[in-house]
Amino acid sequence: MEGLIPNLALGFGVALTPLNLLYCFGGVLLGTLVGVLPGIGPVATIAMLLPVTFTLPPVSALIMLAGIYYGAQYGGSTTAILVNLPGESASVVTALDGYKMARQGRAGPALGMAAIGSFFAGCVATVVIALFAPPLAEVALKFGPTEYFSLMVLGLIAATVLAHGSLIKAIAMVLLGLLLGLIGTDVNSGVARYSFGISELSDGIGFVTVAMGMFGIAEIVANLDHKEARAVFDVKIGRLLPSREELIYCIPSVLRGTVLGSALGILPGGGALLASFAAYTLEKKTAKPPRNFGNGDIRGVAAPESANNAGAQTSFIPLLTLGIPSNPVMALMIGAMMIQGIAPGPQVMTERPQLFWGMIASMWVGNLMLVILNLPLIGMWIKLLTVPYRMLYPAILLFCCIGVYSVNNTSFDIYMMCIFAVLGYVCVKLECEPAPLILGFILGPMMEENLRRAMLLSRGDPSVFFTKPISAVLLGIAFILLLIVMAPSVKKKREEAFLEA
Amino acid sequence: MKIKAPKDFWAGLMFVAFGIGFMIVARNYAMGTAVRMGPAYFPTVLGGILAVIGLAIFAKSFVTNGPPVPRFVLRPMTFIIVAIVLFGVFLKPLGLIVSAAILIGLGALGGHEFKSKEVAILYAVLVVFSVAVFVKGLGLPIPTCPLFLDDTCRRIGIGM
Repeated sequence: MEGLIPNLALGFGVALTPLNLLYCFGGVLLGTLVGVLPGIGPVATIAMLLPVTFTLPPVSALIMLAGIYYGAQYGGSTTAILVNLPGESASVVTALDGYKMARQGRAGPALGMAAIGSFFAGCVATVVIALFAPPLAEVALKFGPTEYFSLMVLGLIAATVLAHGSLIKAIAMVLLGLLLGLIGTDVNSGVARYSFGISELSDGIGFVTVAMGMFGIAEIVANLDHKEARAVFDVKIGRLLPSREELIYCIPSVLRGTVLGSALGILPGGGALLASFAAYTLEKKTAKPPRNFGNGDIRGVAAPESANNAGAQTSFIPLLTLGIPSNPVMALMIGAMMIQGIAPGPQVMTERPQLFWGMIASMWVGNLMLVILNLPLIGMWIKLLTVPYRMLYPAILLFCCIGVYSVNNTSFDIYMMCIFAVLGYVCVKLECEPAPLILGFILGPMMEENLRRAMLLSRGDPSVFFTKPISAVLLGIAFILLLIVMAPSVKKKREEAFLEA
Repeated sequence: MKIKAPKDFWAGLMFVAFGIGFMIVARNYAMGTAVRMGPAYFPTVLGGILAVIGLAIFAKSFVTNGPPVPRFVLRPMTFIIVAIVLFGVFLKPLGLIVSAAILIGLGALGGHEFKSKEVAILYAVLVVFSVAVFVKGLGLPIPTCPLFLDDTCRRIGIGM
């Protein structure tokens, strides 16, 4: 721990330069914006902005992209509370009590509490990352290809277990993602796999293309299935700051939410969404007196909002230490790092301390900006909500097209995006979550590479995965996770937990 | 046999098709051995697992009940895909200013309401924004003008 203070000082030195402050501000502002607007989430936004960040220095690019992710958690809660429209899926549970509060004329305290809880959680999560990331990275540095392969198996299994929807379909989507990730030239043999003689395909499919097709365009098409529901805003906000009693009343909930969110964020497959659902369920079970949940209990806002912000931030831990994404946003962050020429993994911390600590420090700065920014700006966000979707989606279309084009300056990627848009739309209709596919897509080549190396080292003996202790433990955990989820009683509980809200 | 879960039925078929498809194409590449895996090794194994899992999902659809597959709404999909493809086709020869008009116009037609004045204003704002931010501000090499008007555009300062 001795290096913590100088490390954080280094980080703040990076995060507080005017340029990085500006990008951090831009990121959280944009994040809040997409959090507020229904129909566009952080995944599509980050995918759209990736090409734009090519021209930035790596630290600034990552600071901005991270800001979009946690900024979206703030924005999502605003609309969940005010108009019962969660702009971000992690805010679905906030709408339960938050909107009730708004109907009772207590919108202000609900918004205020959400912001305060998020800020507190964000501060704690920043410290959690600073404390836990270095030792974890140290361990990961000792990993060989065998351990890495097992770790990826565990990561992918955990991601499907903790995701919502059908488990077996999620696993199938992971496999499909892994396979799609293999398209392109095989590094070992130089064979252009699955390129069908198309020269563009021998470089592989860009993950920006896949992410924008499956998240950006497919979402637009799916949204246009229904006539849009108009947001009706007729709520008085009132004073923004919660009273002293409300604050004291919420302290245990904020603490519980923060702890739970920080823990769940670290798990593969975790992140903001899972954290907020779990926190609300826990709150309903443990908070005393429980009478008011669902009827405008402020603790029902405080706990999930703290949890989703904590989870959003701690989900950076596996990314920064192991180079393994735990959710689609993190998969995009890996992509952003690779585009910038940084190999994600434990060596990032030792080789590029400015990047690592600068990003962590920027999260705290960004959280502070969000609180200061958002409370006075609520009026503006509400105005934006009245912008109809028909004005919004052509803009998303254009930005997606420009973004995809500028990755390689070729229209071919635009056509590929269309194919993935159709695939994404079909998947939506068949209830197959696209998130596991993206994770698989990013990990596909890495998994193959590590598998090859591990098998080469073991002279083709696959038992090495079970005889090396760390690898065996990782695979054991993955196996147990699968068993637990497939047990009928847990299976029912898992489905209930996701349905509850 | 009656299909009880249509979503699983079709999803299962899709996964089986992808799995087998990847395996068949992989036959063109060298398999190698477990020690020195060829380019076909990993995709063949993955494709096989995917096909088996797909088959399980397919089989499950005859056993457990599930909701029907929601209707595919073809109109928005068709308009948007056509709009994007045309954007891709015309971007290089005609530039962003023209191809964005096609994209936004056709894309907006795919929606539920189409107000030509609104779309025109939206287009104008988006094009000015995109040229100012992406082309001028960030310097992305996106063609803005039709090739044959290149000189004129450069003279008024909006070319690349």
